[in-house]
Amino acid sequence: MNIQKRLHPVCLLLLATFLCVLPLSANNHAAEGEEKLDVKEVVLGHMSDTYDWHITTWNGHHVSIPLPIIVKGETSGWHVFSSSRLAHGESYKGFYIDSERGGKIYEKIAGQDEPIRPWDISITKNVVQIWIVVFLMLFIFIGSARWYRRRTCEDDAPKGFVGLVEMFVMMVNDDVIKPSIGEKNYRPYAPYLMTCFFFIFLSNLLGLLPIFPGGANVTGNITITFFLAFCTLLAINLFGNREYWKEIFWPEVPTWLKVPVPMMPVIEFFGIFTKPFALMVRLFANIMGGHAIILSFTCVIFICGKMGGAISSLSGVSFLLMIFMNCLELLVAFIQAYVFTILSAVFIGLAHPEHHKG
Amino acid sequence: MQNLPSILSPDFGLLFWMLLAFLVVFFLMAKFGFPVITNMVEERKNFIDESLKSAREANEKLANIKVESEAILNEARKQQATILKEAMATRDQIVSEAREKAQTEGQKLLEEAKAQISVEKENALRDIRSTVAELSVQIAEKVVRRELKKDGEQEELIQRMLDEVLASK
Repeated sequence: MNIQKRLHPVCLLLLATFLCVLPLSANNHAAEGEEKLDVKEVVLGHMSDTYDWHITTWNGHHVSIPLPIIVKGETSGWHVFSSSRLAHGESYKGFYIDSERGGKIYEKIAGQDEPIRPWDISITKNVVQIWIVVFLMLFIFIGSARWYRRRTCEDDAPKGFVGLVEMFVMMVNDDVIKPSIGEKNYRPYAPYLMTCFFFIFLSNLLGLLPIFPGGANVTGNITITFFLAFCTLLAINLFGNREYWKEIFWPEVPTWLKVPVPMMPVIEFFGIFTKPFALMVRLFANIMGGHAIILSFTCVIFICGKMGGAISSLSGVSFLLMIFMNCLELLVAFIQAYVFTILSAVFIGLAHPEHHKG
Repeated sequence: MQNLPSILSPDFGLLFWMLLAFLVVFFLMAKFGFPVITNMVEERKNFIDESLKSAREANEKLANIKVESEAILNEARKQQATILKEAMATRDQIVSEAREKAQTEGQKLLEEAKAQISVEKENALRDIRSTVAELSVQIAEKVVRRELKKDGEQEELIQRMLDEVLASK
């Protein structure tokens, strides 16, 4: 993909920066001992889903928004309680956050050595972020749609915010969905694809905000991209026409490729799953990578800070690179939503092949 | 699996909430959001197309009307000219007819008058002649009463004299 090529030199630069910094910081931190900054921990910590919404740490205190935890214990049934009860490794009714096992909630049951993972539908940071995106979408699009309810087509076109929304929606509709699926079949799929587009786009944008209403890594989480790709898988295959299934199980290739060993059908059949899988991994990797790079640059500043003012010019460089990466991520936020939507549309379009004559 | 960072490990709770949130937003958007906007834009596009088409037609009609009105005007002018011509011809005809009629009428009247006059003249002459004859007879009677005894002779004489008088006139 285009964007991955563009990311490449940036990655090299990042690597070079770290090669410069790491030996120095290693020396420095060896002396300081405890004050070690674990870059991997920080970066992964910021990108992963958590049970509370961490905002900042002030004088050693974690300032965070507690979120509800909803778990079903092995014997005790459903529990709903605030995540503040599990802060700092405390346990509540046998539930605790196990930082050794990906920071998930585990239940310790008396008489068993191994803690077990309970049914867990807690309102985590990502869930809150998803609902924020949902309400933002409802606000933007239902709000804009209300403007139309009071008007007919003979009125003037909308101006201002509604005009922007209309332009954006029509851009996705006319330039992404319609040409990819085809004039004939695009209508029933347009709402799904547009929902996908704006959900991904808004999640990406909010993910770039460093503080509360945004900042969660929603589209860089494999669960979310898995869900979206699975929806596309359903949209492709549930409504594919006969021609599509014929091309999978009896493609127009020389017969020896189909019988007795069904080589092409097997390949085509795997294609059903590889297409959405590529969608899933592409979106996940791009957003996750972008977050990782920005967070790494941020960490460089802190590492330099720990080492004193001697290399503060490196902080400056890192700061500039961070701004650059944020701008790039702004672009990526759009491009990835665009790519996901256009590829979904293309795949759906492929599931409606025109009837070949002869 | 347990040691993977949480962004890489699928999580049931997150999937559950994502499913719920996405279904909610999808159904609301599909019902009240996007179709409203796209349908309106499509309707507006059709309306604009229709308007352009009808404007073009109206323009064409206008041009046609201009040509038509020109034609009508020309026709009217032509008709006017023919009417005028006809009127002129009719007038000339009437005038000439009237003149002819008047001429014949006058001729007739003249002839009648002439005939009348000649008849009157005859009558008058006859009257005069008889009167003159009587007068002359009377005068002659007085003049030649004694000489002329016979009526026949007298009469003859008078006639002769009268003729002489007339001839001398």
